[in-house]
Amino acid sequence: MIVNRKSLTFWERLYLPAVVGGFKVTGRHLFRSLFGGKTITMEYPEQKWAVPPGYRGAPYLVRDQEGNTKCVSCQLCEFVCPPKAIKIIPPGPAGELADRPNAEKMPKEFEIDMLRCIFCGFCQEVCPEEAIFLQKDYSLTGLARDEMIYNKEKLLALGGVHAGVRKWKHQLEETREQEDFPVKA
Amino acid sequence: MDWNFIIFSVIKIAVVIGVVLGMVAYAVLAERKISAWIQDRVGPNRTAPPFVENIPVIGPAMIRLGLFQPLADGLKFLLKEDFTPAGVRKAFFWLAPAIAIIPSMLVVAVIPFGSQLGHQKMVIADLNIGILYTFGIVSIGVYGIVLAGYAANSKYPFLGGIRSGAQMISYEIAMGMSVIPVLLVVGNLNLSRIIGWQTQHGWLVLYAPVSFLIFLVASFAETNRLPFDFPEAEQELVGGYHTEYSSMKFALFFLAEYSNMIAAAAMMVTLFFGGWTLPFWGLDHPAATLGQGIAHILVFVAKMLLFMVVFMWVRWMWPRFRYDQLMDLGWRRFVPLALANILVTAVILWIMS
Repeated sequence: MIVNRKSLTFWERLYLPAVVGGFKVTGRHLFRSLFGGKTITMEYPEQKWAVPPGYRGAPYLVRDQEGNTKCVSCQLCEFVCPPKAIKIIPPGPAGELADRPNAEKMPKEFEIDMLRCIFCGFCQEVCPEEAIFLQKDYSLTGLARDEMIYNKEKLLALGGVHAGVRKWKHQLEETREQEDFPVKA
Repeated sequence: MDWNFIIFSVIKIAVVIGVVLGMVAYAVLAERKISAWIQDRVGPNRTAPPFVENIPVIGPAMIRLGLFQPLADGLKFLLKEDFTPAGVRKAFFWLAPAIAIIPSMLVVAVIPFGSQLGHQKMVIADLNIGILYTFGIVSIGVYGIVLAGYAANSKYPFLGGIRSGAQMISYEIAMGMSVIPVLLVVGNLNLSRIIGWQTQHGWLVLYAPVSFLIFLVASFAETNRLPFDFPEAEQELVGGYHTEYSSMKFALFFLAEYSNMIAAAAMMVTLFFGGWTLPFWGLDHPAATLGQGIAHILVFVAKMLLFMVVFMWVRWMWPRFRYDQLMDLGWRRFVPLALANILVTAVILWIMS
């Protein structure tokens, strides 16, 4: 395709209108960002962007509303994890019992290697207990590799309390109701 | 040759070189800041030595303005590996940065940056052929770039060197001829005298506006600044002539570019904007007191900085010319215009005399 170039008038060929126009535009931007503070830069560590809902950040373990560990150490997430970032040590037959009713056990140790994790969300999807969630953290830093392996304590502390449905609560209530039979009218 | 002269000359040289190098360092910062503001960004605003943060109000403001960035930049250049690629022509490779920076420093020697401080004239060398000296020295600058391009033994620097050779030679002609009307009007080649003339008759930009225009454009080309930055031409030639350079050798080219800018700004102020004079507050005649002398130096520096800002502003405003446009502009517009300018000025002066 041939683009026909508009032939410039003498005035335009002096470049002067272009110069003036250029100074006007750039000067406007200069004064705006110098005195008006209207820069488009987001100054990252001080300002952070709003994480959209559904964002897949780092996976953390959560507690339920009563402060109990939700994870029951079923190891499904460990099996499904594509980069093998999750490592679970179950309590074993003689280990500590779960800290909540309606659960047989809780993990003795639960580690996520954040250097390996790809934030795919399979662990969250596979978890039958809704115990692990991809949260909003996207900037994980450490000075050594060891620091980037998050253990159970750290994951629980970072994960906080899950405010969603308590999956077993209904059943727990039912069980309790069964104890003083007959209940329902 | 008396001791007084030698001692004062050495002091002046030391101070001027120190100030010029300091200005170069901060010109780089100013360039980055201005480019940032024009592009709605913030620019360097983090670097600081650890204790500065604790100074109330001023400390954070200084960090915000990036005032410590030049220190970090300089340190980086000093500490980086000075790498010499295998294929380069070593002698020229080492020589080129020196040839690039020395002329730009030498030009400053003849610039009268103030009138008088006590009994000392504020100029390092009060040459009678100041302008000729300047043009002579500036024309050496091109060798640095051409040599760098040749020495690197690699195609992009080579192209950059060739283009800059063509460009700088072309624009030197226009630049040289643009100054002739000034000389016709003043009748002297001594830069101090030219300023002296301007103290009595007003700034030369009023007498030779066309000269100023040509000189301005040509000095953009001579200092290899946008819209004429052909030797570098990041978009086409990677880094141009200094592609193969690293560390301090690269820094020397970088410094040369900015001290060229300072020299060009100083020349423009001296030739067309009255040097250290201001038409009011009694600053338009050589200083009698120490205070006035310092005021003159400050006026000169302020004018220079204004031109530096214009240089930077233009860089972030305009796209680059195409090579043929550059040559067209140089040879077919500015050279004839400069010639006509000489003729017209001469005729007017002849009629008036």
